Amino acid sequence: MQAFEYVAPRSLDEATHVLAHVGAEARCLGGGTDLIAQMREGRRSARVVVDIKRIPELDALKFDPIHGLTLGAAVPCSRIHSHGAVAAAFPGLIDAVSLIGGIAIQNRASLGGNICTASPAGDSLPALLVHNAHVLLASAQGTRRLPLSAFFVGPGKTVLRPDELVVQIELPAPPAGFGAAYLRFTPRNEMDIAVVGVGAAVVLENGLITQARVALGAVAPTPILVPEAAEALVGKAPSPEVFADAAAAAQRAAQPITDMRGTAEQRRHLVGVLTWRALQRAVERARVSQLPQPTAQ
Amino acid sequence: MTVLEQERIQTQSTSKTFRVIGRRVPRPDGVDKVTGRAQYGADVKLSGMLYGKVLRSPHAHARIVSIDTREAEALPGVKAVITGKDFKPAEDRVERSGEGVVNYSYLSQNVMAQDKVLYHGHAVAAVAATNPHIAEEALARIKVEYEVLPPVLDVLEAMREDAPILLPNLRTRELGEPVSDRPTNIASHEQYARGDVERGFAEADVIVEREFRTSTVHQGYIEPQNATALWNADGFITVWTSTQAAWDERRELSEILHVPISNIRVIPMEIGGGFGGKLNVYLEPLAALLSLKAGHRPVKMWMQRDEVLKATGPTSASVIRVKVGARRDGVITAAQAWLAYEAGAFPGSPVGAGMGVIFAPYRLENLLIDGYDVVVNKPAAKPYRAPGGTNAAFASETVVDELAEKLGMDPIAFRRINAAKEGDRRADGPVYGRIGYIETLDAIANHPHYRSPLPAPSAPWCRVGRGVASGFWFNWDGKSSASAIVNPDGTVSYLEGSTDIGGTRASLAMQLAETLGIDYTDVRPMVGDTQTVGYNDATGGSRTTYGSGIAAYHLGKAIIRAMKERAARLWDVPAEDVDVDGDTYCYGERCITFKALCAKLEETGGPLSVSVSVDTHGAIPALATHVVDVEVDIETGKVSILRYTAAQDVGRAIHPDYVEGQIHGGVAQGIGWALNEEYVYDADGHLLNASLLDYRMPTALDLPMIETVLVEVPNPNHPFGVKGVGEVPIVPPAAAIANAIYRAIGVRMTTLPMKPSAILKALGTIP
Ligand SMILES: Cc1cc2nc3c(=O)[nH]c(=O)nc-3n(C[C@H](O)[C@H](O)[C@H](O)COP(=O)(O)OP(=O)(O)OC[C@H]3O[C@@H](n4cnc5c(N)ncnc54)[C@H](O)[C@@H]3O)c2cc1C
Repeated sequence: MQAFEYVAPRSLDEATHVLAHVGAEARCLGGGTDLIAQMREGRRSARVVVDIKRIPELDALKFDPIHGLTLGAAVPCSRIHSHGAVAAAFPGLIDAVSLIGGIAIQNRASLGGNICTASPAGDSLPALLVHNAHVLLASAQGTRRLPLSAFFVGPGKTVLRPDELVVQIELPAPPAGFGAAYLRFTPRNEMDIAVVGVGAAVVLENGLITQARVALGAVAPTPILVPEAAEALVGKAPSPEVFADAAAAAQRAAQPITDMRGTAEQRRHLVGVLTWRALQRAVERARVSQLPQPTAQ
Repeated sequence: MTVLEQERIQTQSTSKTFRVIGRRVPRPDGVDKVTGRAQYGADVKLSGMLYGKVLRSPHAHARIVSIDTREAEALPGVKAVITGKDFKPAEDRVERSGEGVVNYSYLSQNVMAQDKVLYHGHAVAAVAATNPHIAEEALARIKVEYEVLPPVLDVLEAMREDAPILLPNLRTRELGEPVSDRPTNIASHEQYARGDVERGFAEADVIVEREFRTSTVHQGYIEPQNATALWNADGFITVWTSTQAAWDERRELSEILHVPISNIRVIPMEIGGGFGGKLNVYLEPLAALLSLKAGHRPVKMWMQRDEVLKATGPTSASVIRVKVGARRDGVITAAQAWLAYEAGAFPGSPVGAGMGVIFAPYRLENLLIDGYDVVVNKPAAKPYRAPGGTNAAFASETVVDELAEKLGMDPIAFRRINAAKEGDRRADGPVYGRIGYIETLDAIANHPHYRSPLPAPSAPWCRVGRGVASGFWFNWDGKSSASAIVNPDGTVSYLEGSTDIGGTRASLAMQLAETLGIDYTDVRPMVGDTQTVGYNDATGGSRTTYGSGIAAYHLGKAIIRAMKERAARLWDVPAEDVDVDGDTYCYGERCITFKALCAKLEETGGPLSVSVSVDTHGAIPALATHVVDVEVDIETGKVSILRYTAAQDVGRAIHPDYVEGQIHGGVAQGIGWALNEEYVYDADGHLLNASLLDYRMPTALDLPMIETVLVEVPNPNHPFGVKGVGEVPIVPPAAAIANAIYRAIGVRMTTLPMKPSAILKALGTIP
């Protein structure tokens, strides 16, 4: 690893100023669970490392049932899954953040880091997509807000400019009858990279699915939403057959490759299995969320 | 968390009751280990120390055309650069070392490539600099020109006549003699034969024949290899390192560096795992040569994880064919096996051990076993816990299970009919002493685990199954030395030379305390080095508690003799008339305790210290039987281990915790080997998964609580009945799991690892 400069700005202005000044040779540091490993292995270099954890906006976690969730980009996973109200409202997200690495990793790893690493196998990505997440980006020029689905360009590539950083991730408040789940397949039970990841979200009204989202990880250059799977679900009563139709649509949408972690055939097969199971779990949760909830926290 | 009732079955009611042996006493190194104070190789810091790094081959097979180190040498802070040219060829001579044998010429070429690189990660140059970052940068400035050659990565392909040749001078040997003058990758072919297998198969009512494959796997010790060396201006070399075999490494350094052993001191630091992978040198000779070239400054080196996976260990991938026949009454009539093991870049796979393990649990009149040691473009294979055993038992114990099934017999009952006993002859020659194989079969047959019904599957897409398998390991005895200082306060400072890799400070100190009849806490053990204590064979081969235990016993006896003399002097009586009972020394009515006698050392002849060296014999093999329940998700192919019970003949459990720990560890590694661990190479021979993220060893969440049954059939050749326990637990797991998977899904898995994609393929779910 080569020597680098370390700065820890205290404000967004200060941070964007540094990025504007240093440009492509600067790298943001969240939890460092990707960046430090990559720098040590010589896969990434940086002249200036910009620690973003001390910027108030990036360290904030705000939730209310009307406006939804605003997640500072540097908030570690463990702060998300230990937040009772957030855990209840965003079950798909919670599945994902409880899976990343292990306990030690979750105490450092952030979702800003997970999406900026932009691995097609990043676990929070399909979960955030089915929760309909948006991202707020900032640079010295100002801010822009875009749907997360428009953020990813390819493996390790996003629309983020070198002078920009992710400030926060925003998730709308889920409607009544909402349920979501994220499932991944890994040969080991922890410390593994998803061979396939599937996020699913549904809204149940009067026994029918009125809204649905299905997102896939590790089967395309970026995580993908599968509108065809959603179409197979909307307007139907949940059933094993309906899940199977959606699963088949997801399999058709997947463009898996063969690599060290799995073959294309295995991945396509698993997309079907996991989509079915994720939908089943999302529907179960949607049903539970329709039951009268205890009001006192 | 559930605390499991760990069972102990004592098969021989001995009148002897022990004072210390069999208790679960705290380990002497415990506090330092849990507080992080224990000194590992990484903690070594010397004044003026430099940092060394290794440049490694990006190719699996290539000729080195040229190496230009000038730019690296010119970098400020760089103090020395070495390449293969700095090594004088070592002698092409084979000697016993660690658990196996070593050829010094090959060993030297393995630590630093000469004219050819033979695997991805093979060392081609090394640098010492004032800090590790400069050393790393210097590596980037070394220019190596390679002529890339086609690699051979599979044992069967390497055996073909038209295969690319790794070592131009290699000739196939049988019984140590070359049998052809043709260049080859087949280093050796050996055979064990007895009776007449053709006749035996003709007598069989059922014959099962299958071919198996196992993948390259790594020992997976957590502490990477490291070494700090000082080649002093007076010609003396000191090496601080993480090793299981300080004396073997001293010998290896002597051969590679052409320096007499008396000029070399090897200091074994605490060790963070080895499992056989730390029996030979890697960085030690590099650090020493860099130290010499840098003007006698100490040089510290340590590997990164990818270097550990690319260039150390692993153990052999293999292809094994097994054919076994049995009569309707369950008696095996003939057994035949053909084993080909990958040695990696240099000869020396554990195929010989595999040949010994493969049918060892059974009494056989007709057998034929052929074994081939074959070089391929992978790192040189090194011992890994019961080297070669897991591969062999995976094959034979799957076939044995299938035979039992075809005969409609319970798999344990079938094994019991054929089980080897004391007096039976092993395939590799020796006659069994008092082994406890049948006792382990009975222990499993009677265990609540085996007698309970299988649990219900946890989901509609899951299936459950139960499998059984047995395993054998030779166990080694070997040479050990130790010394002791008897202190005036009644304690004994005990210096032994076996690297403590699994709690042996405790289990050796217990044997010394037992011999002396004193408290365990009054023995203060310490691990010495090649300069401070007599010769010790490696900590390996499951020998330490046995062989170094015998040394501890003899050391105790020598102390008792000396103490009798002190008592005699005290009372002015003949020493031979002093009786000893436990810690009490008596002449007639006059008695004195060990402790009180220690207080009188001053007046009875002054300070007392004793040393012994022993060449021990009489190790008896370990046998084990395991049962496992698995659940298979037939949609994803994932196998979960639900319950695991291991019964093992342990001779005598000196310290039951550490015996159980050995079993837990061996089973955990066996589960990893069975389910997910493998080296993944691309077609050009690049190792793709050189990280612990992608080399999938099991984590705590992948393992159940492992239940153990310690079956104690004492070894009559050891004063306390010890048998080696450390290696056999890794032998049965792969076969037991394969047999359980078969019972769950009806498919015989014949390739390791039995990873999810392999299960899906076997089920026909994916192509
Ligand atoms: C042992 C281990 C296990 C892991 N397991 C998993 C797993 O199961 N699933 C999974 O998905 N990942 C896993 N990871 C990868 C990693 O932990 C996650 O990707 C994590 O979310 C990264 O977050 P971080 O805060 O540590 O990112 P960092 O390492 O700090 O940053 C990652 C990248 O994003 C950039 N970046 C970070 N924040 C911002 C920002 N706000 N604006 C702009 N750029 C930014 C950095 O410059 C860097 O390039 C694992 C890593 C390790 C070491």
